Amino acid sequence: MSFLDLDEFLIELAGAVDLVYSPVVDVKEYPENVDVCLIEGAVCNEDNLAILHKIRARTKVLISFGDCAVTGNVPAMRNQLGLDNAENVLQCAYIENAQNNPNVPKADGIVPQLLEWVLPVHEVVHVEYYLPGCPPPADRIKAVLGQMLSGVEPKLEGANLKFG
Amino acid sequence: MSKRIVIDPVTRIEGHAKISIFVDDEGNVSDAEFHVVEFRGFEKFCEGRPYSEMPGITQRICGICPVSHTLASAKAGDALMAVSIPPAADKLRRLMNLGQIIQSHALSFFHLSAPDFLLGWDTPPPQRNVFGLIASNKDLARAGIRLRQFGQEIIEILGGKKIHPAWAVPGGVRSPLTEEGRAKIRAWLPEAYATTKIAFDLWQKTMETHQREIQIFGNFPSLFMGLVEPDGTWEHHGGKLRFTDSSGSIIADQLDPQKYYEFIGESVQTNSYLKSPYYLPLGFPDGIYRVGPLARLNVCEQMGVPKADAELKKFKSLGHGAITSSFLYHYARLIEILASIELVERYMDDPELLSDYLRADAGINSLRGVGVSEAPRGTLFHDYTVDRNGLLQKVNLIVATGQNNLAMNQTVAQIARHYVRGNNIPEPMLNRIEHGIRCYDPCLSCSTHAVGQMPLHVRLIAPNGKVLSEIARG
Repeated sequence: MSFLDLDEFLIELAGAVDLVYSPVVDVKEYPENVDVCLIEGAVCNEDNLAILHKIRARTKVLISFGDCAVTGNVPAMRNQLGLDNAENVLQCAYIENAQNNPNVPKADGIVPQLLEWVLPVHEVVHVEYYLPGCPPPADRIKAVLGQMLSGVEPKLEGANLKFG
Repeated sequence: MSKRIVIDPVTRIEGHAKISIFVDDEGNVSDAEFHVVEFRGFEKFCEGRPYSEMPGITQRICGICPVSHTLASAKAGDALMAVSIPPAADKLRRLMNLGQIIQSHALSFFHLSAPDFLLGWDTPPPQRNVFGLIASNKDLARAGIRLRQFGQEIIEILGGKKIHPAWAVPGGVRSPLTEEGRAKIRAWLPEAYATTKIAFDLWQKTMETHQREIQIFGNFPSLFMGLVEPDGTWEHHGGKLRFTDSSGSIIADQLDPQKYYEFIGESVQTNSYLKSPYYLPLGFPDGIYRVGPLARLNVCEQMGVPKADAELKKFKSLGHGAITSSFLYHYARLIEILASIELVERYMDDPELLSDYLRADAGINSLRGVGVSEAPRGTLFHDYTVDRNGLLQKVNLIVATGQNNLAMNQTVAQIARHYVRGNNIPEPMLNRIEHGIRCYDPCLSCSTHAVGQMPLHVRLIAPNGKVLSEIARG
């Protein structure tokens, strides 16, 4: 969502890049030969894992985007519950906090299983660059995209390396 | 014998979802289901943490409506401390919530949904998005982008940050509005009104050409719920709860949100991480109710501000009793944007917003506290139980989008029955089914307290469970 805080820079960006896959675009299959992908979020479930491997295989430059992707951040808080963390969080939401049909959701091929541990993106695949922030402020995103568009190696310094 | 078609992922919504469509041997749709496929577990992993951390943690549930979570969480904190917060703090929280309603509704209307009804259902998928809108009508796209920006600026002016501001705290807020911030907001008002006018004009034309969509995109009886003031005026942050039915009759009024568990239950749908709240007195699933802009306009009698009240009158004249078509959520959203701008304008003349008396202080005076606020998508509940030291023992979050889960399932089934015949489904038909979901502007990250991204997937499944075909667009 912070990406949309680029506001009118989006209009400029529209002229400089082809947005081929995004939550705001209706293309359903990640295409081949993508130049740059900003990947957000921690890796929490089987679907996340599958799409991440697909994205890595089809992308030249992967940027770990936001604190959840970079460190695991808030979603990884469930890891603190230890070995049975996935079971525990599901139990709490779908058994203890339900008045009708208390059951843990399970439907093969529809509802992905939670992974045993929540992971940051780089623990699963190689990433080229990191863009921290919760969320990364629009100016920071603009700085990195600007550098990439002008063919300069993206480099963040000083306050732009802050988490949170 | 039936087959199942799955749309995966659903796009131009907030969060991860799929839709299944079941087709019988005659090629008719027998049913459809909406699945949410992310889950994080906030309710469990927050146990043991101090309640004062919750406005910061829970707003990480979402990038679109963090303000709703931080405010509901701070309010739950107020309830644990059993304090009334200083009036200036309440007004400032409200101002931030209005900014949030403006930005989130503008995002839903311009960035996510308008590409369907302005560019057309049959536009090829790669162009059918906000960038396609920029290409076809740059001025309109820019106006929409800047209207969202206006809402985000209000949030930043108050909280120092557009997304995840560390500002609302149990007992109040951290800082007031500044003179400089007020001048900036005031200067933006004329443009915000002008964009809203453009949007209303566009919407009037859209309604003329989209009568069929109004008829079939989620048009069915249900209850509606939202906060109202004691005299039935639209509310977004205080007040009490009201339920009405589709004839427009009030079936319960001035319900205390602190006791939501006496009238709202939660049901699990095992093929989705999204639970379905229902109105307890009617049981499951008869207790289906809708929340959000459509529901709020159905339950209220007036907006309390003149321009939006004139629009509300037109809106209410579209039907007898309640307005039951979910396609009209879009219209309701515009009316709420207008009301929010009017209320923001009103606050610009209120000197109290510059006051620095902004926090009530107290220890734990109640072991359970519920915070309720109207998020852009509907009523949000944060329910915390703590020990005497303020460490959380139990957390329950009932989020706006979940309360529309039963309605979203009915909506996709209604649209699918209308458009789907046989096993070959043209892509634009799938897009119409997805739009049924977009009407609710669901926030799936919030609804399952999961991390968001936005992709829908359609699969055709035989009665034995075998996947016959799978349509992933692109």
